[in-house]
Amino acid sequence: MSFSEFLAMGGYGFYVWTSYGLTLVVLLLNIIIPVVQRKQFFRQSLKQKRK
Amino acid sequence: MFLIPDIIVRFYHRMASPPHYYAFTQKIIPWLVVIFVLLTAAGLYGGLYLAPADYQQGDSYRIIYIHVPSAWMSLFIYMVMAITGAISLVWRIKLAEVISISSAPIGASFTFIALVTGSLWGKPMWGTWWVWDARLTSELILLFLYLGVIGLYGAIDDKKIASKSVAILAIVGVVNIPIIHYSVEWWNTLHQGPTVTKMDKPSIHVSMLIPLLLMALSFKFYYLIALIQRSRVELLNRERNSQWVKTMLSEQQQ
Repeated sequence: MSFSEFLAMGGYGFYVWTSYGLTLVVLLLNIIIPVVQRKQFFRQSLKQKRK
Repeated sequence: MFLIPDIIVRFYHRMASPPHYYAFTQKIIPWLVVIFVLLTAAGLYGGLYLAPADYQQGDSYRIIYIHVPSAWMSLFIYMVMAITGAISLVWRIKLAEVISISSAPIGASFTFIALVTGSLWGKPMWGTWWVWDARLTSELILLFLYLGVIGLYGAIDDKKIASKSVAILAIVGVVNIPIIHYSVEWWNTLHQGPTVTKMDKPSIHVSMLIPLLLMALSFKFYYLIALIQRSRVELLNRERNSQWVKTMLSEQQQ
């Protein structure tokens, strides 16, 4: 099986890869958002402390 | 209490204490990530490459490897949210409240993924993006329940009252869970029946089943990782005035 055949997914490439791509984005967001929020928490708390 | 070994009781008490939970989860995260990556790599390799195309659905069926595990997670996480919500109502354990509310956005995400990938699978197979049948409608209601929980929690400033209200909403919503599960048996629908949970004889070939189970397990680990990330932020915000957070902040400053 060639790589382009693999990407084509027997003609269903659009549906398969959109599904996987969207899942990847949603799952990544669920990790990135709390990491950003934690950094924000530390930044704000430290700023308040210095005042 | 004398029936439960002392070491388990002690572990339980330690985990229910926010600073211990915060420190412990930091230590186990890298291990969880390693297991998650291995499971996902094996599952995707098996599902997208090794497993043969379906004799009826061709390669479109490969959406199953994210659609079905996501749908399972949407139910599983709801039950975790409702049970930890009930625990927090009865025993007032702070950490149970945090686990319950931190589960909501992850559960909502998996419900959303299940619905959208189902739609992307339905279009080429059923010829339509959406039908108002029992399975799809009850899963959509599940998404609204999750969004209701998130919205209600955000709308109430006092987080103690917010947690209680959210726990009650989550417990009432449990009625929807068996409806989702049995909808394909109780009503006639376009949605295909269960292929895996027929324990006597699953109607799916082993080469397709193993990647599916690997992905289901990988999503469980993903949930653990995402839950830990969210619950730690939630804990920090709730405990911002407690001694252990202040100590940690002064250590960070140096």
